[in-house]
Amino acid sequence: MNKTPNNKAWWLVLPVFLLVAFSALIPLMTVVNYSVQDIFDQNTAYFVGIEWYQEILQDERLRESLFRQFGFSFAVLAIEIPLGIFVALTMPKQGWQASVSLILLALPLLIPWNVVGTIWQVFARGDIGLFGWGLNSLGVDYNYTANSVDAWLTVLLMDVWHWTSLVALLCYSGLRAIPEAYYQAAQIDRASSWSIFRYIQMPKLKGVLVIAVLLRFMDSFMIYTEPFVLTGGGPGSSTTFLSQTLAQMAIGQFDLGPAAAFSLIYFLIVLLLSWLFFTTITHMDKDKS
Amino acid sequence: MLNWMAWTQPTALFFGAIALILISMTVWEIKRPCVERKGFIPITTTRGDRLFIGLLSSAFIHLIAIATTEVSLYWVLGACIVWLISLLRFG
Repeated sequence: MNKTPNNKAWWLVLPVFLLVAFSALIPLMTVVNYSVQDIFDQNTAYFVGIEWYQEILQDERLRESLFRQFGFSFAVLAIEIPLGIFVALTMPKQGWQASVSLILLALPLLIPWNVVGTIWQVFARGDIGLFGWGLNSLGVDYNYTANSVDAWLTVLLMDVWHWTSLVALLCYSGLRAIPEAYYQAAQIDRASSWSIFRYIQMPKLKGVLVIAVLLRFMDSFMIYTEPFVLTGGGPGSSTTFLSQTLAQMAIGQFDLGPAAAFSLIYFLIVLLLSWLFFTTITHMDKDKS
Repeated sequence: MLNWMAWTQPTALFFGAIALILISMTVWEIKRPCVERKGFIPITTTRGDRLFIGLLSSAFIHLIAIATTEVSLYWVLGACIVWLISLLRFG
């Protein structure tokens, strides 16, 4: 079939391009401009070159919060992904029980971040919160405002509570998409439930799992509101994650130059990880076809 | 002209160079559409993929150089240009 090549439709992309330019590209370019200058006010700025980058990359506080951030994100993935798969496997497949469990699982996802933080702040308190009071009455010395390990575990538990549902729902939809014939074939072969999981369910879940890992990684890597409300980053700076460190620097101390350099490094890390995930997904599809 | 958006000469040069690369890559693509292939990178890539990989890795090379050495960034920039060209050619 011969088609006349006509690329005029590309002009229709122009509005989107302009919108993205104003909402993303120009602010990003401004951040690059800020990162090489020392800015005092609108008319006073000095060019400092790569000084802020040197300062940021040597900064102990930022390194610590970067490591803390990676630790947190990997802990979140290590708990939520297996737990989500497990929950999805044990959920009822049909009937009213299925609807009830779907609704129950969806509930935490509907709660706004700062409300989740507040709920856990009250829930984990030793004097009036059920969780903190319960642990203390059991003889466990638990106090998330004073002990950094407790604070860490509380933030982690809060994130698991808030987001495991997402992984479970994604996996549940992936499991429901497996045709019954596979299970019948497995039954004929007298496959054990482990080999059904290993050779039928896991391979079919691969696609949704990549998306679940990507979403959970990116979200936990940008986490700000929940630990900010729950612990305020403390005790000390034990639960101060990257975006909170950045916000303190940019808004609290008004150090625009270092904050801009830091945001660019943050941006590059996020870009690298997103690209890695994106390439993995697209190449997985290519292998299939 | 350079006061708008707190521009400085180096950042203007930087974005000018990026824009120039993007424009010339577009022209190149129209004149001679590229074919996906596999070079020393373990995945099949298009020309644009290799440019992206090259730019992103160059950014990280710069950051690592700033963090760990005292080398002048002109050397790093030169090395990155060589790296980018070899990536586009053999990657």
